[in-house]
Amino acid sequence: MAFYDGLFDALGLRTWCDAAESDGPMSMAQLLQQSSGQTAEQVAAAGTPLLETPFPSLDALAEACPAIIRTRDMTTGVEEAFLAVKDPLKVVLGPVTQPLSWALDGTMDLFEALPWFLLIPILLLITWYATRSIALVVFVGLAFAFMGFIDHYLYAVQTLSIIFVCTIISVVLGVPIGILMSRSNTVQRIAIPILDMLQTLPTFVYLIPLIFLFSVTESKLYGIAIILYAIVPVIRLTDLGIRLVDRDVIEAADAFGMTSRQKLLGVQIPLALPNIMAGVNQTIMMSLAMVVIASLVSAPGLGVLVLRGIRNLELGVGLVSGFCIVLLAILLDRVTKAALNRVNAAQTH
Amino acid sequence: MSEKEPKVRIRDLYKIFGPDPKTALQHVREGMGKAELLEKTNHVLGLRAIDVDVLPGEITVIMGLSGSGKSTLIRHFNRLIEPTAGQVLVDGEDVISYDEAALRQLRQAKMSMVFQKFALLPHRTVLQNAGMARRVRGEDESAANAAGQKWLDRVGLGGFEGKYPHQLSGGMQQRVGLARALASDSDIMLMDEAFSALDPLIRTDMQALLLELQKDLQKTIVFITHDLDEALKLADHLVILKDGSVVQQGEPQQILLNPNDPYIEDFVSDINRARVLRVRSVMRPMNGKTTGFSGVADVNDNLERLIELSGGDTAQAFRVQQDGKDVGVLEMRDLVRALVPAHPSGSDSVR
Ligand SMILES: Nc1ncnc2c1ncn2[C@@H]1O[C@H](COP(=O)(O)OP(=O)(O)OP(=O)(O)O)[C@@H](O)[C@H]1O
Ligand SMILES: [Mg+2]
Repeated sequence: MAFYDGLFDALGLRTWCDAAESDGPMSMAQLLQQSSGQTAEQVAAAGTPLLETPFPSLDALAEACPAIIRTRDMTTGVEEAFLAVKDPLKVVLGPVTQPLSWALDGTMDLFEALPWFLLIPILLLITWYATRSIALVVFVGLAFAFMGFIDHYLYAVQTLSIIFVCTIISVVLGVPIGILMSRSNTVQRIAIPILDMLQTLPTFVYLIPLIFLFSVTESKLYGIAIILYAIVPVIRLTDLGIRLVDRDVIEAADAFGMTSRQKLLGVQIPLALPNIMAGVNQTIMMSLAMVVIASLVSAPGLGVLVLRGIRNLELGVGLVSGFCIVLLAILLDRVTKAALNRVNAAQTH
Repeated sequence: MSEKEPKVRIRDLYKIFGPDPKTALQHVREGMGKAELLEKTNHVLGLRAIDVDVLPGEITVIMGLSGSGKSTLIRHFNRLIEPTAGQVLVDGEDVISYDEAALRQLRQAKMSMVFQKFALLPHRTVLQNAGMARRVRGEDESAANAAGQKWLDRVGLGGFEGKYPHQLSGGMQQRVGLARALASDSDIMLMDEAFSALDPLIRTDMQALLLELQKDLQKTIVFITHDLDEALKLADHLVILKDGSVVQQGEPQQILLNPNDPYIEDFVSDINRARVLRVRSVMRPMNGKTTGFSGVADVNDNLERLIELSGGDTAQAFRVQQDGKDVGVLEMRDLVRALVPAHPSGSDSVR
């Protein structure tokens, strides 16, 4: 018989164990035994050498005492529990997140509907206003010309539109959260482990519960995955930025009787702006990283091409689209960093 | 000095830093000292039993070594720090009982502050900084700018209004800090080591500027410094702090002539007494004496000038006048004696 039989006998649990005896599905160990052609009796007769003492896992214990559940039952249990809360959760999360789908779809439609000879100049103008750098404007122009020339323009624009929406939402949600964190040590203590978790969770793991909650055809599915991942730096750096504002300046603001609102809008946020902008830069870069992975759950854009390259072993497609992603990454990074430097320059020399 | 009603009165003020100040306060009231309190309860004694009256229109200087509690004390005037016990009365009202709105009102209208590290808004222009108090109060941009401009001109910074603070030198930045405080039109001005970060020449300029402004404005100024020369130059009333307690306060000349504590003796032993002491502090009453004077001195002349007048002859005496009237006699012998620091203990002789 099984290794832990003796344990249950000694504890006087034998009758409880056997009362629950059933012929459920066989455990992995039983399957292996069967295929090796030995019967349970033969194994038992041979006895288990002490060195091969199995870890008292659910499976090993269940073998000796059928009343104990097996690991497979446990995972099924988790799945069922998740499915049970899924529907109520969906009732709440569905409507709340619906605007995200609209924003993603609407922006994507807009970006796609704009003819290239309008959209590219608009992007160049934005680059100019943000950076005041001719070199960067030329670089952005060349990059889009190149992607257009090799017929990757549409994909790039799709990727850009997703990043655009997700970054805006991350900033709109992240800055207030960061402000709350900076004002209360308790909030900060609670938020930091959550942020750590969001940042260290392997990116694929985000997708698993989301796939169950939302259908893959909804764009909010990838939107949420991207925002959860990319919102972290803007929250962190808003918090940090506000906490780093010169104590003396804050004291002066207090001494002249500023309200906390005047202080926040007139002193803390402006002085934290370089840090907040650095957070936005990182948020954009992380959105880009995630939007590629999110193509696994139907996010359109360059990631789709990368995925096709992997799936169909179309090496060229994968490499070229990968290069376009790198190009987008450099371009977004340079433009936001240049904008950031302008903010810095306006404050200190 | 005068019978004026004090503008600010500090009454029996205590401040203890630490997690449980109330219990620590008990110990302090029973006589525990700063070092013992720190060692036994891990609380820092910031201020102990402070009683100070600040008279309107005067410069009250609070002086003490680093860590003596000067910054802590001045921050109680506008309640940037909450006291552990005691009262702060401004125009007779207890500031400690104020709610948030009343406190903000006080800070916006009655008290302004100048900081050691300037603490200007780095992202605002000099003009915007100068008009800050007005804008905080809700006045519109043009009113704030007009007030800012007026005071910038007054402190000698006309022409710099469009610059940013980092484009100015330290001395100029502190002029902006001063203009910012003045532009609030508050009666009371708190200055925490306002000139300590400046180099000596600029510092002298700023002291002169402050005195000149004060002649016209007659503000109630609380000025913090760790520098005795600066204190003697500015003070109408001098408060000396040590380890969170007031060791002596009064007219600066009197403190100089009659220090009541070895701590103060140490403080005053290094200064040029001939330059700081004034005739009025050393002179005697007339007592009918009318002849034998070698000259006329003003009550506010310093002793250095008298030594110069007498050519070093200790046998001479001078007629002392104020506004053209005789008010006393200065014997050179008294003058020479006053040049040697007094020792209230009487133990050791002249060093
Ligand atoms: N927030 C605080 N927590 C604990 N102790 C404090 C705090 N603020 C001040 N202290 C202590 O109170 C005492 C007085 O400090 P304060 O800053 O008032 O001194 P100061 O006279 O202004 O010195 P300095 O000339 O260096 O500015 C010091 O012993 C200091 O360590
Ligand atoms: Mg200080």
